[in-house]
Amino acid sequence: MIPRHFFIAVSVLLLAVLGMSLYAWHMRGRAAATPVASSDTRPVVAPVAGPTERVTLFVAYDDLGVLHAQTAQIPLPSVRQQRAEELLRALLALYLDKSSPHPLPRGSDIRSVYLVDPGLAVIDVNAAFADGHRSGVLAEELTVASLIQTLSANIPGILKVKILVEGKQRDTLAGHADLSDFFDVSAVNQLASQLQSSQ
Amino acid sequence: MRWIRQGWISETSAGRVRSIRIPFLLLFAVLVVSGAAPEKHLSVYSTAANYSLPIVQRDGRDYIGLLELLDPLGTVNAKFETPRWRLHYNNILGDFTVGQTHARIQGRDTDLSGKFLIENGRGLVPLASLNALLPRFLGGPTTLHQDSARLFIGGIATHFTASVLPDDPSHLVFHFTSPVNPSVASEPGRLHLTFSREPVTAPASPTLTFGSRTIPSATYSENNGAAEITVSTTIPLMASFSNDGRTITLAPAKSQGATTQGAATPIAATPIAAAPPAASPPQSNQPDQSPAARSSLYSRRYFAVIDASHGGADRGEALSATLAEKDITVAFARRLRQELESRGISTLVLRDSDANLSLDDRAFFVNTAHAAVYVALHAASSGQGVRLYTALLPYASTDDLGPFRSWTTAQSSSIALSQAAAASVAAELRKQQVAVRILTAPLRPLNNIVTTAIAVEVAPPGSDLSPLTSPDYQQLIASAVANGIAAIRSQLGAAP
Repeated sequence: MIPRHFFIAVSVLLLAVLGMSLYAWHMRGRAAATPVASSDTRPVVAPVAGPTERVTLFVAYDDLGVLHAQTAQIPLPSVRQQRAEELLRALLALYLDKSSPHPLPRGSDIRSVYLVDPGLAVIDVNAAFADGHRSGVLAEELTVASLIQTLSANIPGILKVKILVEGKQRDTLAGHADLSDFFDVSAVNQLASQLQSSQ
Repeated sequence: MRWIRQGWISETSAGRVRSIRIPFLLLFAVLVVSGAAPEKHLSVYSTAANYSLPIVQRDGRDYIGLLELLDPLGTVNAKFETPRWRLHYNNILGDFTVGQTHARIQGRDTDLSGKFLIENGRGLVPLASLNALLPRFLGGPTTLHQDSARLFIGGIATHFTASVLPDDPSHLVFHFTSPVNPSVASEPGRLHLTFSREPVTAPASPTLTFGSRTIPSATYSENNGAAEITVSTTIPLMASFSNDGRTITLAPAKSQGATTQGAATPIAATPIAAAPPAASPPQSNQPDQSPAARSSLYSRRYFAVIDASHGGADRGEALSATLAEKDITVAFARRLRQELESRGISTLVLRDSDANLSLDDRAFFVNTAHAAVYVALHAASSGQGVRLYTALLPYASTDDLGPFRSWTTAQSSSIALSQAAAASVAAELRKQQVAVRILTAPLRPLNNIVTTAIAVEVAPPGSDLSPLTSPDYQQLIASAVANGIAAIRSQLGAAP
């Protein structure tokens, strides 16, 4: 014979479990319906207005494994450091587009570009950029060369470039391309010219 | 019988109990003897000595005596002052603390992946720690096959190829890179070659198929300190040795007589008396410790060092849901080693297991090995064919100071030779109709290597990834790379 109070206690507990399960199910549905993009802090529209300028972007194409220079008209601020950031954001916008020739992970962004005289540029990318980047020597090399070549071609006086992830040094971009040291811009220029051709 | 007198049981029934007990004791003894697991031991292979050591189990882990392990390889002594155990190997000090999971070797912290134990003055370390621990003492790479308890020190390895004779598929011929003397055993349908003293290593694929009806396949396996090749056959076979023990030929036994009933009968396989003398030092813990033998441990110069990139937790690119770059690079490395050694080029594979080495360690091993050429292997799902890389130099330079080289630009003095090597390999790949590109890359450790250094990134020939695991495609690439290195061998020989 089951004691009455024991029966009542078990029933209450079962009801509580059922209620919590329904609540959890409801919350799960709400979380799924919430747009993921809410965590994507990348600006949808360039935060600058005013006259546009003609720049040269070095765009990576995965299908042929090449880097091609192409011109674009983008609004650029007058401050040198902000110009560098907007320039690279314009490049990333190409890579984040649906028809990207070199897809980068969603949420990839340039946190900051620091220009330190004489001739040093520090590119700080966010964690999404590096954590979700495809692994492979060529795939990573194309990204690095694209960033550095675009920056040095449009911002005069850059001799060395350092790439950080979330403000910290990282050994590699995604297991291959070395980020532990400074890049010499002249060496990357040579690499970019090698990457112009798929042969 | 004290317990009988104490009245636990009557004298009359004691005889009955004794008569029942004896068969039970016999049965128990038989069960204990037959069920006892074979004692585990670690087989150690090095150029100085091959030997084996007992493995003990503590806390569910395999442990090995560190002093006993290092003793045949150099001058070693240890001192225990509770709770610290200090071990000197040659001029290297290891500092261990009982119960700690880390040790300090030459002042550097090393993970033991388990507690350090002392038993009767013996320092016991987890078997799993040897891959991290031994390079610190020995100054060179070691490869531990943990599951099979086999430890390879330096680049020592005996490789083999197997093929049936084209004009007589009932003859299977094994060629080994150094003399071997396996034990041969047979059972219905199979012949076993067991290598307990030789550092025989796995072929590129553990299963070899020959397209022969009488000898369809052979499989390679390792267990408890030994390597074994199991040959499947439908006829009785006999093994014969030649070429100073480097060749074993399995041929149909001549006197099959009435027992010739295919795989259902035992195979009359016996090693012929002309088998070579033991190719290796004794298995017991009494190695050749002559100064010459010991000094040869690391003075051996490898012409080529092959680096199977990634390994361990570093899987490299996820080529597919189940295929990791680290597995492809090892397979390619083994094939390339076979190809190079078949061309007379002594070769060290830096990573021949699923261990991981840091990039600094890889560069350190290559530079101290004084190899003529370093080849890093990568695999990729994107693109087609093969991409050859040389170091992207200069980095923001730190100038070399006199005899010292900057770590980040150590490759500077060899970059021309590296580019020549890449061009030579590319030419051979093009001869095989393989799409190839030569690029520079910010790819460590290329820039840290003093000698000629290239990286080979292998991609499939088309959009289908399956060729990356195909023996034919791997062989095609490995053969072309080996040809390219062999073609420029005379130039590379003069490298620093």
